[in-house]
Amino acid sequence: MGSKETPMGSKRTSRRELLRSGAALAGGLTTGAVAPALGQTHDHASGQTPAQVNPMIMGSKELIEYGQRSHYVTSVRIPHPMGGRPSPDAFGKVFHVASPLQDSVGVITPSSLHYVATTRGSYMPDIDPRQHTLMIHGLVDRPLTFTMEDLKRLPSVTRLHFIECAGNRHNARQRTVQETHGMTSCAEWTGVPLSTLLKECGLKSSATWFVAEGAEEVKGASSMPIAKAMDDCIIAYGMNGEAVRPQNGFPLRLIPPGFEGIFHTKYLRRIKIVDRYYMNYNDFGHLDKDTEEAALGFQIGPKSVITHPSGTQQLPGRGFYEIRGLAWSGGGAVKTVEVSVDGGKKWNIAQFTSTPQRMAHARFTFPWNWDGTETEILSRATDETGQVQPLREQIAQWWNVPLERNYRVPGLDNSIMPWKIAKDGSVTNGLS
Amino acid sequence: MGSLRLLTIMLLLGSPAFAQSPTYGVGRTPTEEEIRALDISIGPTGEELPPGRGTAKEGAEVYQQQGCIACHGEAGIGGPAPVGAPALKSEKGQDVPIWQRERILPLRAPFATTVWDFIHRGMPLGREGTLTADEVYALTAYLLFLNKVIPEDEVLDKESLPKVKMPIGDHYGRLPDWKPGTRRLEGYPY
Repeated sequence: MGSKETPMGSKRTSRRELLRSGAALAGGLTTGAVAPALGQTHDHASGQTPAQVNPMIMGSKELIEYGQRSHYVTSVRIPHPMGGRPSPDAFGKVFHVASPLQDSVGVITPSSLHYVATTRGSYMPDIDPRQHTLMIHGLVDRPLTFTMEDLKRLPSVTRLHFIECAGNRHNARQRTVQETHGMTSCAEWTGVPLSTLLKECGLKSSATWFVAEGAEEVKGASSMPIAKAMDDCIIAYGMNGEAVRPQNGFPLRLIPPGFEGIFHTKYLRRIKIVDRYYMNYNDFGHLDKDTEEAALGFQIGPKSVITHPSGTQQLPGRGFYEIRGLAWSGGGAVKTVEVSVDGGKKWNIAQFTSTPQRMAHARFTFPWNWDGTETEILSRATDETGQVQPLREQIAQWWNVPLERNYRVPGLDNSIMPWKIAKDGSVTNGLS
Repeated sequence: MGSLRLLTIMLLLGSPAFAQSPTYGVGRTPTEEEIRALDISIGPTGEELPPGRGTAKEGAEVYQQQGCIACHGEAGIGGPAPVGAPALKSEKGQDVPIWQRERILPLRAPFATTVWDFIHRGMPLGREGTLTADEVYALTAYLLFLNKVIPEDEVLDKESLPKVKMPIGDHYGRLPDWKPGTRRLEGYPY
């Protein structure tokens, strides 16, 4: 033993002695009696009684190199919509997969639980980042091709942003918040501002739109306004502190904050600067009859949902509960969230657990004493531009159509979600 | 010294293969061939369309040969499970208003170039990008013919394809003029 280690060794010994004496006081146990069940050795004796002793997790190369959650934590993603195409299917293709919002805490969705959607069922491309490039061309002075290394050399930004799929719609048949709202997630994205790259290329004065295209087999492409590119788009290579995951677009993904999910082009390989809406296939898929409806299927409106208590959960009895939920908007930061615990008669201001960021999930809470009577709980978000999350009744009224049970909200569905609390504490979908 | 640096910059700018971005000096200028090979976006004017031609009659043969029929069914009526590819042919009559007819690409797209673009980039499943330009022109013609958009003998090429009059005409919503801080729809829903 080196001389430097001696003091530590002696310190450990004295701590062990202390623990031992503590154990003796607690119940006269010897260290032998609290040896780990699985037979591993560990070098510090525990002063715990047998009831407090936990089995040990054996260290392994895998666990040391890339950690894992507890096997007691079993929250998983599920195919979306319920009863829809399975993921993976018989061919190994992935369709839509929803995030378990009912178990979420804070505002960041772990990458492993981030929702996934594909333009049409697709295999994930296994892209070698050393071979991957991003080409920017079209109405620019200097077309440029960037390698991943090039992009990582450029000034970077890190921002929290949600992504929400246009298919994130709630209806009367769904039971859980994962089924009603699981097609939204929020991650911390790191990358180069698209504006930096476009300034390097030099935009021509005729540049009004850009087309972003992925490298997956269908080469999904969407048209977006150049004003968005110059405002806040990120060419992201980082997600939640590591490389973007393959399911989320490895090695490169376009993040146009607040636009519908489909615009967040995965496996980004090319950006073409053009002078008109290019009507690519993804754009065609977004085609709407009316200009109003088209506007509602583009930038995401203010939206919120209570994640706890939510559908299929069970309140054990009357008393205190912290109502928790998520709020977001494609228009900017969420400004306020209101919660109603009496079916929408009275609205109360909720608290945020951290400062809401632009186009990011905000976590809201509201303290509630449930008196054991049947009721309905709802939440309503307002964003920094003053947009307010509407009730389904208000939407139907605006479109001048009757509100039927299976009413389909035009554009992205950001209507208020009600959860019914029964006398027995069971929580169910308020639309049912 | 200063003129030497300027000379170096001029040499770099004059040499496309090594050109880099002006502020940070990263990236390189792609060659014309590289751009052409990667640029599969066919806009409404059709300016990017490659040379080639095809008719509906030829397209019907390509539809058989390339196995489109396996997923999309006989004459585009829609495919069986497990792939269950969508129908490509409208079953509703032409007198039904376009927005009440099926949402199928060769019927409801505002531009025939969109049909060409998608067949070229996204089909056939698992063999994307393998069709020749002639085959894509022919398949586009076949699907437009099935939907009574063009006659069976019409030749589609770089010139004629962008001129095809699609049934939707001008009857679709345009996206709003987006600016930072824009609300999605003024006054909605109150």
